[in-house]
Amino acid sequence: MSLLNMFNRRGSAPVARDRLQLILAHERAGVGGSDLVMVLREEILAVIAKHVEVNSDKVQIRLDRGQDMSTLDIDIELPLTAVAKAGPAKVKAAKLAAA
Amino acid sequence: MAKVLVVTSGKGGVGKTTTTAALGAALAQAGKSVAVVDFDVGLRNLDLVMGAERRVVYDLINVVNGDAKLNQALIRDKRLEKLHLLPASQTRDKDALTDEGVARVMDELREKFDWVICDSPAGIERGATLAMRHADVAVVVTNPEVSSVRDSDRIIGLLDSKTLKAERGETMEKHLILTRYDPARADRGDMLKIEDVLEILSIPLLAIIPESMEVLRASNVGCPVTLNNPLCAPARAYTDAVRRLNGDAVPMSVPTDKKSFLDKLFTRRAA
Repeated sequence: MSLLNMFNRRGSAPVARDRLQLILAHERAGVGGSDLVMVLREEILAVIAKHVEVNSDKVQIRLDRGQDMSTLDIDIELPLTAVAKAGPAKVKAAKLAAA
Repeated sequence: MAKVLVVTSGKGGVGKTTTTAALGAALAQAGKSVAVVDFDVGLRNLDLVMGAERRVVYDLINVVNGDAKLNQALIRDKRLEKLHLLPASQTRDKDALTDEGVARVMDELREKFDWVICDSPAGIERGATLAMRHADVAVVVTNPEVSSVRDSDRIIGLLDSKTLKAERGETMEKHLILTRYDPARADRGDMLKIEDVLEILSIPLLAIIPESMEVLRASNVGCPVTLNNPLCAPARAYTDAVRRLNGDAVPMSVPTDKKSFLDKLFTRRAA
């Protein structure tokens, strides 16, 4: 560890600065409920709920906010009865570039 | 069935969030399943200290209100698979936490984990009293500094009166973690000694966390200190604290980092 530190003179502060800039940019953009990723999350779930009855236990949502791109990963297990004769299916959405 | 532990202090900035992350990670490193819960609604920071800030989808209030299932809101740590985070909401205020809602979430957490660690907000308002309400064990984080000790005394009073345990007539198990301790300054008589703080607060000591660069370094990179550099002095102090919580008899010490010859020369000159 200390040997590694010797070569890594840059230290941990630049990492802290980058992390803060990234998360604050997202938080400022999200003031007033206009956070695109969160709006999409709600709307995608609403659209699916309109067509099939979704058990919320079977919905997994993962998110990774990035500098130029965020990833929203919505994993929904559709029950057999909902997908007429097609068998259970999985819906996956969405990779998106965030402004 | 989990043990619920609240990390509290009264005063802000003494190391509650650092301690929550470090204890949570150390327990998970010891093989326990752990949920750390941020009760600081409106000013969440545990996500940032744990390095999970980019992955928050749902939060405690979403679960309390029934907008999301507990499973959907829990964020699994990328480095320790037994460590989970339930973040606080950043946009709502503390009044959004209902007594019944919090009770329901705590019951569900108890079923799922070995340990549930609640990171209390500073102060003695609703957020702080809700964070301690369901606890079986309390860790009071104190700096060797007058205002911190006084606020800790106030919090100990609340632990003995406002918690479910206290209302049932049981005694709350309380432990002290003394943070930012500098033995050299205490020896010179410029800092409250451990014995002074213990005598004033009269609760048992769980750990002494020495003042260290490693704490800031760990929070900079978003990694609990016990995970970021397990051999550094504060990490060893937290790891010992966890062993004591699990019932091991570990002799109390103030861990120190070995200093190189050059470091020693430099500090001697500076002092």
